[in-house]
Amino acid sequence: MMVESTTSNSKDYSVVSAKDLCLTFETNDGPVHALEGINLEIKKGDFVSFIGPSGCGKTTLLRVIADLEKKTGGEITVNGTTPEKARLDRSYGYVFQAAALYPWRTIEKNIALPLEIMGITKAEQRKRIDKVLELVELSDFGKKLPWQLSGGMQQRASIARALAVEPDLLLMDEPFGALDEIVRDHLNDQLHQLWAKTNKTVVFVTHSIPEAVYLSTKIVVLCPRPGRIYDVIDSTLPRERTLDLRESPEFLKIAQRVREGLAAGHAYDD
Amino acid sequence: MSGTVGPVVTVLIAFMAIWYLAAIFLNIPFQKDIYKRADRIDVPVSELVLDTWSQKKPVLPAPHQVVVEIYETTVLKKITSKRSLVYHTGITLSSTMLGFLIGTSLGILLAVGIVHSRVLDKSLMPWVISSQTIPILAIAPMIIVVLNAIGISGLLPKAMISTYLSFFPVTVGMVKGLRSPEVIHLDLMHTYSATRLQTFLKLRFPYAIPYLFTSMKIGMAASLVGAIVGELPTGAVAGLGARLLAGSYYGQTIQIWSALIMAALLAGALVALIGVLEKITLKQLGMAQ
Repeated sequence: MMVESTTSNSKDYSVVSAKDLCLTFETNDGPVHALEGINLEIKKGDFVSFIGPSGCGKTTLLRVIADLEKKTGGEITVNGTTPEKARLDRSYGYVFQAAALYPWRTIEKNIALPLEIMGITKAEQRKRIDKVLELVELSDFGKKLPWQLSGGMQQRASIARALAVEPDLLLMDEPFGALDEIVRDHLNDQLHQLWAKTNKTVVFVTHSIPEAVYLSTKIVVLCPRPGRIYDVIDSTLPRERTLDLRESPEFLKIAQRVREGLAAGHAYDD
Repeated sequence: MSGTVGPVVTVLIAFMAIWYLAAIFLNIPFQKDIYKRADRIDVPVSELVLDTWSQKKPVLPAPHQVVVEIYETTVLKKITSKRSLVYHTGITLSSTMLGFLIGTSLGILLAVGIVHSRVLDKSLMPWVISSQTIPILAIAPMIIVVLNAIGISGLLPKAMISTYLSFFPVTVGMVKGLRSPEVIHLDLMHTYSATRLQTFLKLRFPYAIPYLFTSMKIGMAASLVGAIVGELPTGAVAGLGARLLAGSYYGQTIQIWSALIMAALLAGALVALIGVLEKITLKQLGMAQ
């Protein structure tokens, strides 16, 4: 990772690059084309959202990047290498739909889990735990057990856990999908500031249009059967954003284009 | 806690009443025989009832007879005496514990193998299950005889029978427990590039601990049954099984019942002990809510 950091400073450095990527699941009812002909470039510092209806393969695409699924065709590189190598290098942090905290570990101990596995010293663990707890505003809750926290706090703890690995790439699979609108707005704002502060590359799966438009520098609209990219929208919004931005004409224009993309990709279905 | 005392006492009283009634009806034929031989007729009902509760070798001893027998053979006898029930209970307890420890360890090992290897899952699991379909009474003498033939005698053969009965619930429970982590947790470990050992120690094993304690409770009770069964074909020198066997040779029903009650109390105490360990462990792990 140290060696790559010299090249990763250049602006054009591709964190994720897919060429004609395919993934077909063999099932008893015949093959299911989860992903077909995916071409995608994600640059360093990008915030990229995958948006699309259920079954469009947005989560599957994220899982291929994370090496949780294997491609069946085409090319994909993560950090300039194979997804497997990238995973073994621990070059990404992954946030799941559910917080997936271990119920018998305190919040601190949950955050320490990946660090223990990586063999990081206790002192360094302590430093990182305090740092990420502060980032997600959970400093007072380190000693609590997961069930003592609200759903939104649990999800923040799981983001802290992913950040503790100090990855340059953050993969997030509908992390706020199960939360209510108010908590979600708040967390979107927090996530945006976190990204702006740390200059990480984020790949974010969502089915919420405002969420995608508010957070992203690039929005990838996918459509189902077979899962493929329908549209890629480079956001014209400034990098610095606040929630009021969602009322601006610029924001609504992008949201409109995403909505049209989703509708068109879906049209033959009904 | 106080809310449960009423029902518990009620059930206990009902149980005792049924026992005393049963003792009357089961012991009446023999008691009438005694009266006939003594040429006694017109014995008052109250005397008849009291007599059925104080026979020397009743078909069914009354509860107080068993209590007196237990008292006389525990408190009033030296522990080293061959007639001390504490001595016999101690013998059975030691082989129960040894068999339970070996059985639990074996059960965990088998479960770990079965969960991590498809080959072991396919090849071992059928044997594990079919081992329990053989009646233990049939196989117990075989184990004793075979082990004796290769020079192993004493505690270990009995403990092997306890092992034979107690490994099974632990294997089945632990296989279930080690497989219980959700996919999302396993995926998480995968994204950390965790080794199989790390996944086992940090995820699968903690997840299986509640299953382990449940299995151990069943295993402990089975282990005690195994130890008693193991004492039956050995010629019955010592242990609760020996007391049962000797009692049945000489028609000492009170001795049999006192050994049975002792076995039940022992099993209850051992299972309760695991329950306490479970509470402490789960609390330590933060699993108790």
